[in-house]
Amino acid sequence: MLELKNVSKTFNPGTVNEKKALSDINLSVEKGEFITIIGSNGAGKSTLFNAVSGAFLPDTGKITLDNEDITLMPDFKRARFIGRLFQDPKTGTAPSMTVEENLMLASGGGRWLSISGRAERNALKERVASLGLGLEDRMKTPVGLLSGGQRQAVSLLMATVNPPKLLLLDEHTAALDPAAAEKILEVTEKTVYDGGLTCLMITHNMSSALQLGSRTVMMADGRIIFDTRGEERAKLTVDDLLVRFKDAAGRMLDNDRMLLS
Amino acid sequence: MGFSDILNIIQSVLELGLIGSLTVLALFLSYSMLNVCDLSTDGCFTLGAAVGAVVALSGHPYLAIPAAMAAGVCSGFVTAFLQTRMGINSLLSGIIVNTGLYSVNIAVLGGASLKNLNNVETVFTKMKALLSGTFLNGWHKVIVAFIAVALAVVFMSVFLKTRLGLAIRATGDNTEMVRYSSINPVFTTTVGLCVANAFTALSGCLLAQTQKLADINMGQGMVTVALASLLIGGTLFSRGSIKVRAVGAVVGGVIFRLVYAIALRFQMPAYMLKLVSAVIVIFAIFIPYLKKQYPALSKRLFRRKEA
Repeated sequence: MLELKNVSKTFNPGTVNEKKALSDINLSVEKGEFITIIGSNGAGKSTLFNAVSGAFLPDTGKITLDNEDITLMPDFKRARFIGRLFQDPKTGTAPSMTVEENLMLASGGGRWLSISGRAERNALKERVASLGLGLEDRMKTPVGLLSGGQRQAVSLLMATVNPPKLLLLDEHTAALDPAAAEKILEVTEKTVYDGGLTCLMITHNMSSALQLGSRTVMMADGRIIFDTRGEERAKLTVDDLLVRFKDAAGRMLDNDRMLLS
Repeated sequence: MGFSDILNIIQSVLELGLIGSLTVLALFLSYSMLNVCDLSTDGCFTLGAAVGAVVALSGHPYLAIPAAMAAGVCSGFVTAFLQTRMGINSLLSGIIVNTGLYSVNIAVLGGASLKNLNNVETVFTKMKALLSGTFLNGWHKVIVAFIAVALAVVFMSVFLKTRLGLAIRATGDNTEMVRYSSINPVFTTTVGLCVANAFTALSGCLLAQTQKLADINMGQGMVTVALASLLIGGTLFSRGSIKVRAVGAVVGGVIFRLVYAIALRFQMPAYMLKLVSAVIVIFAIFIPYLKKQYPALSKRLFRRKEA
């Protein structure tokens, strides 16, 4: 489904700040897979997402999605079939526009000059109600007045209102308080499973990395150092993951936000 | 000051205020919605005046209106192209286009710095002929301006509700989010500036025709005057739907003219207009800023006194 072949990216080549952010990444994602990604600081997790979503073009390699070569496609065109959420809840929404207007823009039905009718607005309201956060009563509220968790829920809905081929979640609960984070994670899981979405999720929470999804990928220094699924993964504990990391990367896992429990 | 004097002032305030408020609506789109401070406004205003004047002089009073607006679209397109495709800072692209337009405008005016429109048929003279003998006799300028503004407000409030309009608003609010919604912000910025400049040019075109004169300097300072009007309207109608805020922009434009007319009555020389508008813009932006800074500021001052 999503295929990365020998994808590499070096930032600031030829300078003292040269950084090999991705080196020879090969990753093959099956349709319907839910992959959690963990790794140390600067391992290249977000860079990997940036390469897939088109924030920059890789130096080498090829990225295909559903057998279509998207390596050189501009980011806003890829966004039609790749949904993405960020750590900062402010990233995915327009603050001075209402919940409804944000969703209308994301749902993107119709032509440029079409105006959303009552039917479409009601359908969106139903989608919002399905989140179970009570946001359906705040459709006319500017998104900027919502809490971080609510805003992230709206972002999630915007990214998935038209089911994307691929959903990229970049530590999307990291900036939220624990209760909101748990709620958003719950909503995320439901959205992904109900929609049968293919999803990659970067997380700093080791235990949810193992609990959620069907496959876990570990990154260090721009490489994929460990990739596990199925029975092997089911038996893994957080401690096992730490040992695996040390074996593969040759040092301890260091991530200042990492939650081990 | 007799009744007819007051009536004259009201007429002139409404006429100039309404015509000027078309430029305010243009800035409502580019400045408030798209978050681009379009400094090509001055030149574009004159461009609309010049094109409208030349077309009207050639004997096409109605064609003058769309011709001026089309010229505005072209000017907006160039400004947008410079900032979205050529890597030029958005303020700088406005200034560059403004400078270039000075030559273009003189060229349009046939190498002269002004064109007289006395005895030329325009939409205003057409309306005057239509209304002569009715009770609205003498209100033709206000009526033409009012029709233009009403159409512009309706257009603006419908346009900003369309998917394209929403995308333009989102571009000014959070450009990244627009990209993630698979919309090219280059496209939305371009459309927004084209539409805005069409209204700026329309504003210039109507002003030239009502004053029977297109002058190379008539657009000078328009961006500040319009911005002052927009900010006045914004403080009065800060909350509310897009439609209400668009009406607020128009009201701001008329209030600005009213204050100006009153100041003239009190012997303020006419050349002070630009200084007044500059001061209004400064304070309209400074006061909200001061409100935000005040808690920290007062704390510092207070502590210093205590020590």
